[in-house]
Amino acid sequence: MPYSRKPTRAEIRRERLQEAINFPLDWLEERSGLVGGIRYFLFRKVPADTNWMQTLGSAALTAFLVQAITGVILAMYYKPDPKDAYSSIQNITDHLTMGWMVRGMHKWGASVFIILMFLHMGRVFLFGAYKYPRELNWIIGVLILVMGMMEGFTGYLLPWDQTAYWASVVGINLNGTAPFLGPWLAQFLRSGQEIGADTLSRFYSLHMLLIPGGIISLIGLHLYLVIRLGVTSPPWSREAAGMVPADEEPVPLRPGLTRPVPRTIAAAQGDAGGSE
Amino acid sequence: MEPNGPAPEHEEHDEDIHLPPPSLWPVGFAVGVVVVLVGLIINPTLISPIGGAIAIIFGVLWARDATAELRGQPIHVEPERREMVEAGAGETAPPADQQGAALPPPEPGETFPRSRFLEGTTLGLGALIGGVITVPVAGFAVLPSFLRQRGHKVDLGPVAGFPQGQWYIATFTVDPSEGAVSRRTAFIRNNGPTTNNEPSFTIISNRCAHLGCPVQANGPTGAILGQKTVHEHTANGPVTLEPVVPAGFGCPCHGGQYDTEGNRTAGPPVRALDRYGFEVDHGRLVLLSTYSVSHVIGTGGQAKIYKYKEAGPGQHVDGPEQWFYPLQPPHH
Repeated sequence: MPYSRKPTRAEIRRERLQEAINFPLDWLEERSGLVGGIRYFLFRKVPADTNWMQTLGSAALTAFLVQAITGVILAMYYKPDPKDAYSSIQNITDHLTMGWMVRGMHKWGASVFIILMFLHMGRVFLFGAYKYPRELNWIIGVLILVMGMMEGFTGYLLPWDQTAYWASVVGINLNGTAPFLGPWLAQFLRSGQEIGADTLSRFYSLHMLLIPGGIISLIGLHLYLVIRLGVTSPPWSREAAGMVPADEEPVPLRPGLTRPVPRTIAAAQGDAGGSE
Repeated sequence: MEPNGPAPEHEEHDEDIHLPPPSLWPVGFAVGVVVVLVGLIINPTLISPIGGAIAIIFGVLWARDATAELRGQPIHVEPERREMVEAGAGETAPPADQQGAALPPPEPGETFPRSRFLEGTTLGLGALIGGVITVPVAGFAVLPSFLRQRGHKVDLGPVAGFPQGQWYIATFTVDPSEGAVSRRTAFIRNNGPTTNNEPSFTIISNRCAHLGCPVQANGPTGAILGQKTVHEHTANGPVTLEPVVPAGFGCPCHGGQYDTEGNRTAGPPVRALDRYGFEVDHGRLVLLSTYSVSHVIGTGGQAKIYKYKEAGPGQHVDGPEQWFYPLQPPHH
């Protein structure tokens, strides 16, 4: 018998509410496994002494999302054409409701994104979180940083004022001085032998489609590796760093090594892991 | 029943599944809706009501069907059954998780050329399809920047408008269809006829040989000299000729300095300023494409100009550094 007494109305209501919430979630979970996946992603075990510095990566991700959202909205009003680009920016800034705000967020947020990436990089460096087995994630992070800077370069031309124009002239010609392929790269970026209407729309396309697509893919890989390899504990921690696969017993620490080695890795290293 | 067949409790599960019985009424309902919509176009007063009636009749029938169970009428749905299929020599296939592997392990030395072939053709076909799609798209992304680059001729007005020895800052539009983005500036001096009685002009591009900023003339211009700026209208649209007495040319960006022949005198530029080719057509000065210059010896009509194929700013055209730029992209 489920109840020793008759359930109160509040209890019945709560139970029904619970059911109403669970039903769609269960439906989704049964067909996709998404609910469990999201739970696995968000409710991971992390070392007990992680600290605030380890939120810099999420902060950089948030800054990127702000850029993506404000950028999509700016694209609704911006016109990538030499005749209209400058005036459409003036319109966004001076006339459209809240336009100054969203453009400001995008403009200043660009710097915030780059600064946060550098701070995140500094944290990873100082915590030694780039070391085995996380080297690949450092490399992916560097690629994200480079692509972030390419976003800065391509976005700078879009206001189409004198600063934008001449800065892009200099930037493109700087690329042109690279040995061997430099002149070809410069001509590709210029979309011809001189800066013209096609240069602006090319930069716009690179800025809002190609490079963001690349960054999003790399962020996906970056997060996949973070989840797979786990969060590093700070260097002063006595706790194990990173995640040991649930179905494996951690091998005891080797002397001089500050993290336990998952059994698979220890096995791959042969006897050295156990005998020392 | 076979020992490996479905267990008896599966039968009970069938009764737990509540599905509406199969019904054909929705088809009639859909036809009715279509007739309504077609009627709205053809004849809203006659055909649409007919469609509406069809839709209502079949809708009601459908609703009765769907709610039959709620109204206490038992429904009978024939559960789907799949017959066991004979496999091999008269044996019934066991469930996948029983009795080990379905196929016997391969004999040593046994190969599977057909599997290999199918693998290869699948991957190969995928690569072919990918290539057929990618090659033209990538070509479209890259090639227009390099192929069919057009040269332009710029009409700067009658040669008589350029008194001998006088420098002008000429501002003109290279391609009127592109608009202001193709506005360029050049420094022009009529050197007078050469010894062969050919016209001679020094026409220096204002694009800095460092990184492409606009070079300025170092010296007094029109208003200060008390000379008038000439405004012309040619086939290329408006042309402005502003008189100037330059001591040289200087770049505001990074401080590159040049003499009046465009030779670098100071700062970061790697060569002299580019020059425009020119021709005199029916007594009018016409600018042609630009070319690069490493240095110039002498002045005016007697100058010896070391010409090179047009190169981008910052790229060496002579000395060992030129080896870094062996192949320039096509240029008009």
